[in-house]
Amino acid sequence: MILFSRQGKIRLTKWFHSVPDKERKKISRDIVNTVLQRKPKMSNFVDFMGMKVVYKRYASLYFCCGVDQDENELEVLEVIHRYVEILDKYFGSVCELDIIFNFEKAYFVIDEYLLAGQLQESSKKKVLHAIEAADQMQEEDQEQEVTRSILEEFGLT
Amino acid sequence: MPTPIRLRDLIRNIRAAKTAAEEREVIQKECAEIRNGFREEDNIFRCRNVAKLLYVHMLGFPAHFGQMEVMKLVVSPRFTDKRIGYLGSMLLLDENREVTMLITNSLKNDLEHSSQYVVSLALCTLGNICSSEMARDLAQDVERIMRNGPAYLKKKATLCACRIIRKEPELIDNFIQLVPSLLNDKHHGVMLAGVAFVTEMCNISDEYTDKFRRSVPALVRMLKNLIMSGFSPEHDVSGVVDPFLQVRIIRLLRILGKNDGSSSELMNDILAQVATNTETSKNVGNAILYETVLTIMGIKSESGLRVLAINILGRFLLSSDKNIRYVALNSLLKTVHTDMNAVQRHRSTILDCLKDPDPSVLRRAVDLCFALINDQNVRGTMRELLIFLENCPSEFKGDVSSNIVISAGRYAPNAQWHIDTILKVLTTGGNHVPDQTIPILIHLISSTASLHSYTVSQLFTAIKTNNLHQPLNQVACWCLGEYGEVLLSGSEYADPVQPEEILKSLNSLCESHLSSAITKSYAVNAIAKLANRLPSHLMPSIKQILARYGTSMNLELQQRSVEFSSLFNNHDDKRPGILERMPLFEKSEEERIYSEANDPAQGEKVVPAVNTAQQSALDDLLGLGDIGQSTPAAQPAPVMNSSNLVDLLGDLGMNTAPPAPQPAPVAASSIPSIEPWCDDTLGMKMDFQKVDNNILAINMTITNSSLAYEVSDFSFLAAVPKQLQINLAQPSSTSVSPGASLTQQMRINNPNKVALKMKCKMSYKLNGSPVGPIDQVIGNFPPSAWE
Repeated sequence: MILFSRQGKIRLTKWFHSVPDKERKKISRDIVNTVLQRKPKMSNFVDFMGMKVVYKRYASLYFCCGVDQDENELEVLEVIHRYVEILDKYFGSVCELDIIFNFEKAYFVIDEYLLAGQLQESSKKKVLHAIEAADQMQEEDQEQEVTRSILEEFGLT
Repeated sequence: MPTPIRLRDLIRNIRAAKTAAEEREVIQKECAEIRNGFREEDNIFRCRNVAKLLYVHMLGFPAHFGQMEVMKLVVSPRFTDKRIGYLGSMLLLDENREVTMLITNSLKNDLEHSSQYVVSLALCTLGNICSSEMARDLAQDVERIMRNGPAYLKKKATLCACRIIRKEPELIDNFIQLVPSLLNDKHHGVMLAGVAFVTEMCNISDEYTDKFRRSVPALVRMLKNLIMSGFSPEHDVSGVVDPFLQVRIIRLLRILGKNDGSSSELMNDILAQVATNTETSKNVGNAILYETVLTIMGIKSESGLRVLAINILGRFLLSSDKNIRYVALNSLLKTVHTDMNAVQRHRSTILDCLKDPDPSVLRRAVDLCFALINDQNVRGTMRELLIFLENCPSEFKGDVSSNIVISAGRYAPNAQWHIDTILKVLTTGGNHVPDQTIPILIHLISSTASLHSYTVSQLFTAIKTNNLHQPLNQVACWCLGEYGEVLLSGSEYADPVQPEEILKSLNSLCESHLSSAITKSYAVNAIAKLANRLPSHLMPSIKQILARYGTSMNLELQQRSVEFSSLFNNHDDKRPGILERMPLFEKSEEERIYSEANDPAQGEKVVPAVNTAQQSALDDLLGLGDIGQSTPAAQPAPVMNSSNLVDLLGDLGMNTAPPAPQPAPVAASSIPSIEPWCDDTLGMKMDFQKVDNNILAINMTITNSSLAYEVSDFSFLAAVPKQLQINLAQPSSTSVSPGASLTQQMRINNPNKVALKMKCKMSYKLNGSPVGPIDQVIGNFPPSAWE
């Protein structure tokens, strides 16, 4: 799965197969070029190196999934759309900048939503709940640090 | 040491960079800082540094030096560290890296962690980078979570198991007994994962497909519950309850119902229900319908249901949404061979799709059109396809041309139509027409004598207007060479043509810089052949054109030129015989592939996987091989007496590459020829033929490959081991001039089937001075020569 901007800048890539680094770069570049060349009135599916690339544009960002030949293309579009909806809810009306500055969060969302190349959760609420709980734990970590540093400041440790 | 800048600040800095070079500079500076941080074992900011490194990696910069730091983060007790650490390991490592050995241990510890969010991180990482070793080491932990974990972890563990069994299929047995509990779960995530897991197993082996047929009723019930259950906000997608789960269940049903009547029967009702009740105004509904249609066509479903499915596709085809049209064509393509007649009804709509601007749609529409061609609709469909060929993007032209040639060969209603169609392909397909089609058309033309004058005049007009298309030029040259004289008298199709004009066109093909070497060779041949049939006052210009390529850098062209010149100048008496019109040649291997491979059962798209050995077109050209072999039969006398003629032909014959279609006498002997000996002047070649079980006939050819040495008084003596007897005939001649050859027959009687060996003694005179005797032991006879 690849996210990239209209200018062809890659914003996020997620691989579910092990591919050497060099090839990853080449494949992403080729996919970006193929998809950007397509005109708006064309369908959302392209044949690419024996697989199908399903893509959809949301504002300035393209969302791309490379899938097997026998996947249901229409459903993949729904999967992409669901991901965008989740991001939207999570960030509160998501935009490209949110994803650039919080790329790791966008990854965390994918990891709660897809696993090993399969959909793991169809409920938006559950995905969001899981992420928020994990974020909560991260904040607790930080609070602990803050308390610790205050304690240190007063020479209490 | 200063505090490293924050991730957001780094991103801001990178984005502020105005040029690529500036951006690179910012990143390199930061990478150096990060390295320093790593080197100083900075525990507090390691997490921040790795996060920055991941961003830099995403921009395409090297980040491999962070791998060990990622491992350190993973073992840290802080959740934030772990979260970034596992994210890093998914991005920076893949299963092939050695570091994964280290991560296996951390994963094992974290899979037993008390916090489900830590376990979740570990499962997620495992699912994405699991290698065979990791699969074996961690399968038990995953199984434990699948059995006892909360739903949140159960679904993740199940998907991990999918990956594990894909890597190590023998681990399936660890998990298989957990499947029923997964499918009976109420949690949609677990059901999704369970269905995915069963699908994965069925893909691995049919054995499991048989096993899971038992689950069909459970799956049908699951699907039914989904459809019947009312609105459920959590899983709703524009009014449809969990389409993702529905699609996956329907897909699994397809796998289970394939080729199995009884389970197919269990599915009929529910599939019909889904097909009729699904809302089609939104993409979601169509996604489910699409999957349902594929399942209906993929299992042994009732005929009524199949009609329903095809009708849905028909509706899809008429949709205004590109994507829906695309999937309609895609699924029609999958079903076309099982339900030809049903798909046939949508032919006109499919033909309309040939005008679509999207290559993805076009590709499928074209394939479908070819699959649908039959005797009744061939004319109409072909007309559309020829129009398509004219306007389509160039990446389609090759495929479409060759497919038109194949289909035209199979369904042509008559020869005139066939020739017209292929001519149209040659003129519109241009240089995209595959070489293999050339001999097919030549064969077709030469076998329909009644249309010669029509074809030739059509071709002649075509090359006069546009001579850029090599395949067209080549066919035209061949036909002009063979039947050019019909143009002279004129016909109902064309006015008489002056002989000079024909010669001029051919000559311009020769001279054009745009002609390929092969085209030039065709043209040279055509000119030579026309010499027989054009008025004799043109002889000097013909000779002049032929001689021109004597110094060509292209070997083939040069050789032709030299050979033809020598034929015209030195052996003019033999010329009419040699340049006689070609007999109808046998269809070559490739053509058979073209005409037979297109069995509808074999697939809708015949990709002619013909590897044209070098230039099969050239072999067929004039059928050089055929002349070499067929003339001796027709004119036995000159072959025996005039070594020169044999030489010329023999030489030509040797130029034809081995894969050329070889008629009977040579093809019958399955024993490969050998070339046991050669020196600067002479080369020896032996052809074998079994006369009966014990007797082997050897036909030895000695060729003088020198340019200027006259060989005379040639003598060849041979001896064989005692168990064998040899009988040596007289050579066809004792002298060999440059470029020529002689033959000598021998018979070997080998009753005991011992390995063949031969000792021979040769002597000859080179421009009068004696050479030899040369002693030579020949031991490399093919075993089939004596077995």
